[in-house]
Amino acid sequence: MYKIGIIGERDSVMGFMAIGFAVHEAPDPETAAKILHRLAKDESYAIIFIVENYAKAIPEDIARYKDSPLPAVISIPGREGTDGSGMAAIKSAVERAVGADILFKE
Amino acid sequence: MAELRVNPTRMELKKVQARYTTARRGHKLLKDKRDELMKKFLEVVRENKELRERVEASLAKVHGSFGIAAATVSPHMLKEALILPKKEGKLDVTYKNVMSVTVPIFNLQVLSEGGADGYNYGMAFTSGELDAAARELNGLLADLVKLAEMEKTAQMLAEEIEKTRRRVNALEYIMMPRYLETIKTIKMKLEENERGNTTRLMKVKDMMLAAQQKQMADQDEDEA
Repeated sequence: MYKIGIIGERDSVMGFMAIGFAVHEAPDPETAAKILHRLAKDESYAIIFIVENYAKAIPEDIARYKDSPLPAVISIPGREGTDGSGMAAIKSAVERAVGADILFKE
Repeated sequence: MAELRVNPTRMELKKVQARYTTARRGHKLLKDKRDELMKKFLEVVRENKELRERVEASLAKVHGSFGIAAATVSPHMLKEALILPKKEGKLDVTYKNVMSVTVPIFNLQVLSEGGADGYNYGMAFTSGELDAAARELNGLLADLVKLAEMEKTAQMLAEEIEKTRRRVNALEYIMMPRYLETIKTIKMKLEENERGNTTRLMKVKDMMLAAQQKQMADQDEDEA
């Protein structure tokens, strides 16, 4: 059995306690990165959600887990709403695979 | 194109030809693999995009609801209400093999203690807004897990496609031309040797004929 973790600033993540996520508050992106590595090393987390504004600040730390099956590190919008960085992750995956952006072209 | 450094012998020719055949077969297989991966990837990523759009919209709503809930009760109360979860979101992870890429599949299992009404706090000190927010979030749970699964799958497929494409290109543009060039060089060298041999033989034959004629002429002279 694996746990679901979430990292972000308090106001954005507190609500997730209600649905049984393991909530980790982080005051700043550096702390968030530290928590992320700790959770990933723990190996009891299958999914680690991370709030977008932090995810954007620590792309290298997140990229480290991109190519292994577990954990899935996924960014989700926080309280301030989305800034499109989650979509940008999909976009970069498409660019990586196809060599050009074919999904988001407008 | 730089050819391989090998001795121009028939042995080497055979070896390089065998390697070329293998490379060509590998190239074809990898190309097929790349195409199939791409097909799968595009399916996943399209769905992924839609799901993310939906989840992001719903999350914005949930955050709004929590904002209202936070405004109606004191922060301490809110924290107190949420801090002891009655439910625990747990995942069962199985793996699926997509074109030899191992991707995880998350099966959500919600463990809840004592009744499954879904709220981990009493009704006395919290507002109805909090209930609504928690309920909305609960409805989103399955989608969140699905999103994580799809996004992971997309990432892993993207990596595999990138790797496969590199291999295909390396075979197509470097290895195979190099082998072909080597085969050509060896063949040319062998033919050149052959020709050299023939001319040498002809030359030697001429010399021998000349020597024979000279000998016969000498003999004739002696007899005369």
